[in-house]
Amino acid sequence: MSVEMQDIHLVYMMPEILVAVMAMALLLLSAWTHKGGAGVVHWLTVLTIVGVILVIHVGEGTGTTFGGQFVTDAMSRYMKVLMCLGMIIPVIMSRDYIRAHAMDGGEYHVVSMFAMLGGMILASSGGFVILYLGLELMSLSFYVLAAWRRDDVRSGEAGLKYFVLGSMASGLLLYGISMIYGATGGATGFKEVAALLATPGIHDNQLLVLGMVMVLAGMGFKVAAAPFHMWAPDVYQGAPTPVTAFMAVMPKVAAFAALFRLVADVFAPAHGQWVGVLQLFAILSMATGAFAGLVQTDLKRLLAYSSIGHVGYILIGLVSNSAAGMQGVMVYLTIYLFMTVGVFAIIISFDRQGLGENIRDYQGLAHKQPLVAFVLAMFMFSMAGIPPLAGFIGKLNIFMAAVKAGLVPLAVLGVLFSAVSAFYYLRVVKVMYFDPADRESRVTFSGGGFLVVTMSMVLILMWGILPGDLLTWTASSVQTWH
Amino acid sequence: MMVADMIFYLFAALTVLAALGVVGSPNPVHSVLFLVLAFFSTAGLFVLIGAEFLAAILVMVYMGAVAILFLFVVMMLDVDFARLRHEGVRYLPIGLTVGAVMLMELGLMVAHHRLDHGTVATNTVDNTFAIGQALYTRYLYPFEVASLILLVALIGAVALTHRERKHVRRQDIAKQLARTREDAVELRKVVSGEGAS
Repeated sequence: MSVEMQDIHLVYMMPEILVAVMAMALLLLSAWTHKGGAGVVHWLTVLTIVGVILVIHVGEGTGTTFGGQFVTDAMSRYMKVLMCLGMIIPVIMSRDYIRAHAMDGGEYHVVSMFAMLGGMILASSGGFVILYLGLELMSLSFYVLAAWRRDDVRSGEAGLKYFVLGSMASGLLLYGISMIYGATGGATGFKEVAALLATPGIHDNQLLVLGMVMVLAGMGFKVAAAPFHMWAPDVYQGAPTPVTAFMAVMPKVAAFAALFRLVADVFAPAHGQWVGVLQLFAILSMATGAFAGLVQTDLKRLLAYSSIGHVGYILIGLVSNSAAGMQGVMVYLTIYLFMTVGVFAIIISFDRQGLGENIRDYQGLAHKQPLVAFVLAMFMFSMAGIPPLAGFIGKLNIFMAAVKAGLVPLAVLGVLFSAVSAFYYLRVVKVMYFDPADRESRVTFSGGGFLVVTMSMVLILMWGILPGDLLTWTASSVQTWH
Repeated sequence: MMVADMIFYLFAALTVLAALGVVGSPNPVHSVLFLVLAFFSTAGLFVLIGAEFLAAILVMVYMGAVAILFLFVVMMLDVDFARLRHEGVRYLPIGLTVGAVMLMELGLMVAHHRLDHGTVATNTVDNTFAIGQALYTRYLYPFEVASLILLVALIGAVALTHRERKHVRRQDIAKQLARTREDAVELRKVVSGEGAS
């Protein structure tokens, strides 16, 4: 047997290499400097991620390496920038929280970086083997992060629950991959699988269809799409708030990047075989997000159900399988990122007094701190999709794409569910503005928290009225498709 | 051929007996030791079909690490096995039903779907060599990512279990040597009748 070395172009994976090397360097640094080095690790993490964003920005455009197992293109680069933001913003805004709850051993940042690295590998995966490994690197880091406050019973429970259910989802995904492997006669690369799926007559192969559906189900678990959403509320509530802010955005972006590739590229020739499953996920997610959110009293739990609903809307974009739909997915993810980190920045700033997770903590906030209440109300309006805020633009793009693709019933259902979910977003506003304040509690921002809230607010307002820039960026990122 | 067959039946019987021993022995430590025996007999079966790499991995990883870890868990955790077993009997009917259904499904599958034997591997390259070659060329990138996953598992295990104890009196020799007479001993004048304070 001859030794065949693969084509290796490390220049395509510079961002990943930078993250991996810096994560390991920071691990050593935090091991040697003991407590005093925590601040250094924090700022070096921020600096690294900024560097990674720059490298992604100036880096090589499109190409594959390691025999097609690593793919970089405009879509994955856009998603990676979102992931970097989704990782670094929670770190910036929760510096005080991390210090107050003794989470600043430095390892917290290292594991966060590895989670992001897994997401980046997932977004750039060009085969099922590396897709699984990237997903596992990301998930394993999140299991650990969810349980990081081990003295807190709920945090431990969240970690364990996430671990057990996540392992089950990984099993489901692997089972699906093995079925595809068997049915295609040993193909694991996306290119080969797509080529085999394009041969006529292969779609009747039940094993192949089952494999594709199981892969989609496994990915559906990772983005917390109903009916695989059961873990999300408990884990969101139990995990430390910075981790919740992190896991509400970054893994979803990564998993959607992978789903994007699977749906638009790999499984596209067999579109008719699995599209019904994704439609079902979308409808169930929107329904769960809308109805289960109605009875929540905990803000983090409410946001968990809200994120399930958002995933449903994003799935509509994937289902519509057009350039407009794909663009809608990216627009929605970008806006979702800033809405979510904005709300979490406020929750974390509240938590400095041990409050802020229960909706009742916000009673009468408008009388005590009108500006903070106004900003939180704007985020809630945006999540509900009320114009002229950015959340409306996100939903509009998705529904327009669905209508254009002939999925009118799906779009109508989406609008109806979004009207139902508006109730619980507005209830938060009502609690802040019309309920009397019954306790002395204030939101006190740290520097980072203030920065994040201000930035998110500005972007939400700006993109609601002038979404032009956002649409241009996303359009150029999906142009390689269709 | 005759000898190989006999060895196969010996190992297969040992595997089944050891597996029964895992479930049936009253002492949990014996269960783990039976598990080690089951692993070892299975490794022997692997060698018989020419999969020497799998056999070696089974011995090294499962017997050397996993089974020993089980042993630690069994010995260190305070689990009331007698009660667990007593409760286990309650689930016997449903367990047997599930087992019977699975056996039936397996039988149906084998009866209807003849698996063909495929091509017999040529013996020009042995398993270990072939796996090593594929791992370091074609699957180099996944291999590296897998190593990162193991690193995260390591960091996570330490970060979640290691805790700093506050009230442990540790000997710090440098500190002891740095002690001077000035900060250790103090001379006080004691007024008679009032005692030392």
